[in-house]
Amino acid sequence: MSQARLLDEIKDKNHVFSFMHTQQAPTLNVSKNVLLYLEGLSVSFDGFKAINNLNLYINDGELRCIIGPNGAGKTTMMDIITGKTKPDTGSAWFGQTINLLEMDEPAIAQAGIGRKFQKPTVFEFLSVRDNLLLSMPEERKVFSILTARLTGEQSDRIDEVLEIIGLKEQTLLQAGSLSHGQKQWLEIGMLLMQRPRLLLVDEPVAGMTHQEMDRTAELLISLSGKHSVVVVEHDMDFVRHLAGKDRTVTVLHQGSVLAEGSMDQVQNNRKVIEVYLGE
Amino acid sequence: MMLWNLIKEDRGGQILLLLLAIAIIAVPMLNALPPDHALHIPTYTVALLGKYLTLALLALSVDLVWGYLGILTLGHGAFFALGGYVMGMYLMRQIGERGVYGHPELPDFMVFLNWDSLPWYWTGLDQFWFAAILIILVPGLLAFIFGALAFRSRVSGVYLSIITQALTFALMLAFFRNEMGFGGNNGLTDFKDILGFSLQARETKVGLFVASAVALALGYLISRAVIQSRLGKVCVAVRDAESRARFLGYRVENVKLWVFTLSAMIAGVAGALYVPQVGIINPNEFSPLNSIEIVVWVAVGGRATLYGAVAGALFINYAKTWFTTELPDVWLFALGAIFVLVTLFLPKGIAGLFRRKEASA
Repeated sequence: MSQARLLDEIKDKNHVFSFMHTQQAPTLNVSKNVLLYLEGLSVSFDGFKAINNLNLYINDGELRCIIGPNGAGKTTMMDIITGKTKPDTGSAWFGQTINLLEMDEPAIAQAGIGRKFQKPTVFEFLSVRDNLLLSMPEERKVFSILTARLTGEQSDRIDEVLEIIGLKEQTLLQAGSLSHGQKQWLEIGMLLMQRPRLLLVDEPVAGMTHQEMDRTAELLISLSGKHSVVVVEHDMDFVRHLAGKDRTVTVLHQGSVLAEGSMDQVQNNRKVIEVYLGE
Repeated sequence: MMLWNLIKEDRGGQILLLLLAIAIIAVPMLNALPPDHALHIPTYTVALLGKYLTLALLALSVDLVWGYLGILTLGHGAFFALGGYVMGMYLMRQIGERGVYGHPELPDFMVFLNWDSLPWYWTGLDQFWFAAILIILVPGLLAFIFGALAFRSRVSGVYLSIITQALTFALMLAFFRNEMGFGGNNGLTDFKDILGFSLQARETKVGLFVASAVALALGYLISRAVIQSRLGKVCVAVRDAESRARFLGYRVENVKLWVFTLSAMIAGVAGALYVPQVGIINPNEFSPLNSIEIVVWVAVGGRATLYGAVAGALFINYAKTWFTTELPDVWLFALGAIFVLVTLFLPKGIAGLFRRKEASA
């Protein structure tokens, strides 16, 4: 801002300075039926282009699988969406109105984007129930969490999620004592508590048995519709199961989209075969 | 009823508060017995116990941020010393004309430096209520500013520990300077009375002991209230998986900032109660070594239990008193040995010993 304009603003007694406006996140608008817009994203680390002119659109209520070899930029993409990494160029919008690049992690989480890490990350020293309790989206300010009390409705919701993730028996156990698969489920449960509009799920079935995988697939499929779900996964069987006949699969390679389409289309795509099979 | 809920599931806390209640009643009574009585507690010991209690309160404040938030603060001595200096300034103003130079307003060291008036920051400190506010406000404000800068820029782990060391070291160097107006390397001493009561009087010493015990109990309950609330759970969450907490929408830096500030305020109160009982405050209280020692107390007592920190501080300081009178040369070796042995055999500290019994019972 030029100094002359600043001076004018100061002289104008009716001027309301921008810092006087309360910062209110715009409400989510998905009137175009697209929940997430990633356009022209690029980010490089020490000269290595982790994401290179990436364009990706996720529809409202869609279940999208993203596959790609190691180093394709899948995790970096999630980092950008959730505010952990800022891209060098490009734009990322949540619906029509929310600019993700202007927000930090807590703000993005509060706007309705939940994330599951590759390595199950739960609060190990807290009970399973407390893990879910802390994931409820209601109170986030320091003084309101200091005085927060659990309402009956919230308690019911926790019980409901405990039922869904199959940890009813382990309610009071420390999360650290759960098995690997149970931790994965707990983390998914934490996402459910958060009630995000968009769920980013990074390798949800790593370390799971086949049975657990099937249950996870069922759960993710049942979540789509109400939520948009983006699943990044290595396990081809699992992706095939999730994508079924008509869901879209996106293949990332060297930081940009290599192919997009149904599982059959993608699997028969020459470029994809080259990347995956080498030549 | 509400108070009981705070410690309902906290066996160690119940015992601690019970012991403090007993001490508050019994120590003044036993001290009032005739000196030749078998159960008589000398006034000197009462003052010593009072000092231990203030150090225990300091350890408690460190456990709140280290044990529950994972912030390894190596500079908490700074907040303790600041609280102590505010109290020291109040006590200096109470000396009045009884100083060596007999100046009605200026403390001796200012007369000695040929100053003709009080620096502005000494104004109002002849009033106890004002000093009492500053005792909480000054350490709190420093912690708030320091924390806002450090936590917003996401400094954590070892780097944060080093910065806290730098903070207390910088303050030590500043307070050593005579121009600062805090008595330079001699600090503030020769106190005469507090709230009109002579600091030499037996009753005052007993009163300070009781005040320290009450402060420790209150500090414990306040810390416990924070830990028991949902905020306490968020603290543990931040300690164990900071980025998870962020992606759930918690402003981690604000959580750290407020708990750190609260902890600094508690440390300030501890310092303010410490100074009248030892009769002096000087820049050595800011020394980085002191702050490291507090962390040792907490580690020995057992992290993230609150009562463990109290036990650790009492145990180490009693050992320190014993060794420095009986075997002065051995003390530092003994401290090192205690630390090594506790780390090896009692990784959860004294509190861990207690908990194991609780678990098997």
